[in-house]
Amino acid sequence: MADIVLDKVSKRFPDGTVAVQDVDLEIADGEFVILVGPSGCGKSTTLNMIAGLEDISSGELRIGGQRVNDKAPRDRDIAMVFQSYALYPNMTVRENVAFPLRLAKMDKATIDTKVEEAAKVLELTPLLDRKPANLSGGQRQRVAMGRAIVRQPKAFLMDEPLSNLDAKLRVQMRTVVSRLQKQLGTTTVYVTHDQTEAMTLGDRVVIMRGGAVQQVGPPQELYDHPRNLFVAGFIGSPSMNFLHAAVEDGKLRTALGDVPIGERIRRELDSADAPRELILGIRPEHFEDAELIDDDTRRRGMEFEAPVDIVESMGSDKYVYFTVEGERASAAELEELAADAGADFSGGGASLVTRLSAESPVREGQHRRVWFNLEKIHLFDPTSGRNLTLNEGRSSGALAD
Amino acid sequence: MSVETTTRAKVRWGLLDVIVVVFALIPVLWIASLSFKTPATLTDGKFWPREWTLDNYRTIFSTDQFVRALVNSIGIALIATLIAVVLGAMAAYAISRLDFPGKRLLVGVSLLIAMFPQVSLVSPLFEIERQLGLFDTWPGLILPYITFALPLAIYTLSAFFKQIPWDLEKAAKMDGATQGQAFRRVIAPLAAPGLFTTAILVFIFCWNDFLFAITLTSTERARTVPVALSFFTGESQFEDPTGAICAAAVVITIPIILFVLFFQRRIVSGLTSGAVKG
Repeated sequence: MADIVLDKVSKRFPDGTVAVQDVDLEIADGEFVILVGPSGCGKSTTLNMIAGLEDISSGELRIGGQRVNDKAPRDRDIAMVFQSYALYPNMTVRENVAFPLRLAKMDKATIDTKVEEAAKVLELTPLLDRKPANLSGGQRQRVAMGRAIVRQPKAFLMDEPLSNLDAKLRVQMRTVVSRLQKQLGTTTVYVTHDQTEAMTLGDRVVIMRGGAVQQVGPPQELYDHPRNLFVAGFIGSPSMNFLHAAVEDGKLRTALGDVPIGERIRRELDSADAPRELILGIRPEHFEDAELIDDDTRRRGMEFEAPVDIVESMGSDKYVYFTVEGERASAAELEELAADAGADFSGGGASLVTRLSAESPVREGQHRRVWFNLEKIHLFDPTSGRNLTLNEGRSSGALAD
Repeated sequence: MSVETTTRAKVRWGLLDVIVVVFALIPVLWIASLSFKTPATLTDGKFWPREWTLDNYRTIFSTDQFVRALVNSIGIALIATLIAVVLGAMAAYAISRLDFPGKRLLVGVSLLIAMFPQVSLVSPLFEIERQLGLFDTWPGLILPYITFALPLAIYTLSAFFKQIPWDLEKAAKMDGATQGQAFRRVIAPLAAPGLFTTAILVFIFCWNDFLFAITLTSTERARTVPVALSFFTGESQFEDPTGAICAAAVVITIPIILFVLFFQRRIVSGLTSGAVKG
């Protein structure tokens, strides 16, 4: 058990590329921290530096208060679960799990008890004498976990451990990982590119982009109060809607109509170098079918009408896609997110994703009146990506005074 | 319809295989047949010997010349194979795992050695070995064999090492292994099929070599079987040693067959399956 501290840790490769830049992170003892970001954001490199599999170019890494920059992986007393599982194919499950203990020169009786214990926790007991080749993906994954927990290390590092499993098993293993971590109380750093895993597993989530940390916080905080455009777009599924907004006469001219802005935002926009163009962000669930809301709620937002493109009924609610006229929001961060999602195709105009109540009688092809919550909208500076609606770390919508 | 096509395809391929095998094996069988014939029936042109005899085999084993050459061949080929595989394994591991300056140059140069026509090196080697006193000794043959077998060993082995998931080595390190332990306990067992394959190839190369063996030896001290064969003469100058040569040829094929059969069992493909998601 130990805390892990990254103090301005950077990784520069010999060819000059910077994979990780000045990452500051304090992971408390027993904490479950998720590193998340699109591919190439430096999350795996960061994990490998903590593991000792990559050298640290500059900065300091401390595990349990001790500087470990120059220590070999085996002297750091941390275990790692690999995306590929990396089981030793020439050994049985028992030998695989026992391998770290045998290297630690424990006596045979202790090894046996410990392996049996770990196998029991992960329900591997009937598989102990099989070779990895004869195991299913989920079983291999559990063996990899077993090998990590068996020697009770100071910390677990997990590099996308579930990404090779099929969707159903992944959800199941997610709860296994979560339960295991709570049970053992071992500091865990978990890398994933899946934002659902990030949201559900971690005590805290670290969002990375281009080698730099974008925001660190509990999942809900990242969701409700994203510090910038990138975080806002990355967290949430379906992701936040971004619309182009022009500042005119103390109002925001958007494809959804003129959005009023509050005193604080106006003050900010009054300064000389303030941008005249903004990006407006609204999450899908902050829309509702205008027919289904009461007057009290109606007053907190505004309405617009748009043609319905596609309706996806999820049972509990409906994802309704609208086509809205007007300019699309553009920013480097948004393009990066789109590229990462593989969405290099987008039709003309802007598409709007909304999550409406299941009772909504909305049908494809019709025009529908939709309400959205003004208290929940975010405004971003398209150049810096900064969230302008954050007030002392809390966003309070465009209307805030 | 599709079943029919596959059966037809199978038959076609099977036939093709048979043709290739027969084409390759007929000369071998012919030699074997000749080795069992008596001198009188040797030239009768029959594939199946009319009179069977083991005289040819008795002859070759009764001459000290052949037995001595056999010992030389086995010794030289085994030593050269062992050294080439060990050195090749180390070089190949470095090439497939590390990024060091001059790596491409090293690979290029080793390829160059493999491509260099050996016959052009024979005269200089002859001179060098005579000066160094290596001429007509075991090391005198082992050294050039290693030189020419190494590129082959490095190439086949580095291809093998590249197949072994690097994650395994990382995992071993995380589990508390030193670099050496990771290589010995995780990588080497997995690379075993590659090592055996390479050993077979190198052994065959050394065993079959004629060019170096005939140039760099002059007596029975280091003369290998392929060369000794060419020095076979009958008991008198009127006697034709064809039968004896054929018997010797059959005998020297046997170690190769044994070697391949023995190591073939170790070449279990898919030994790494289950290591990583696949």
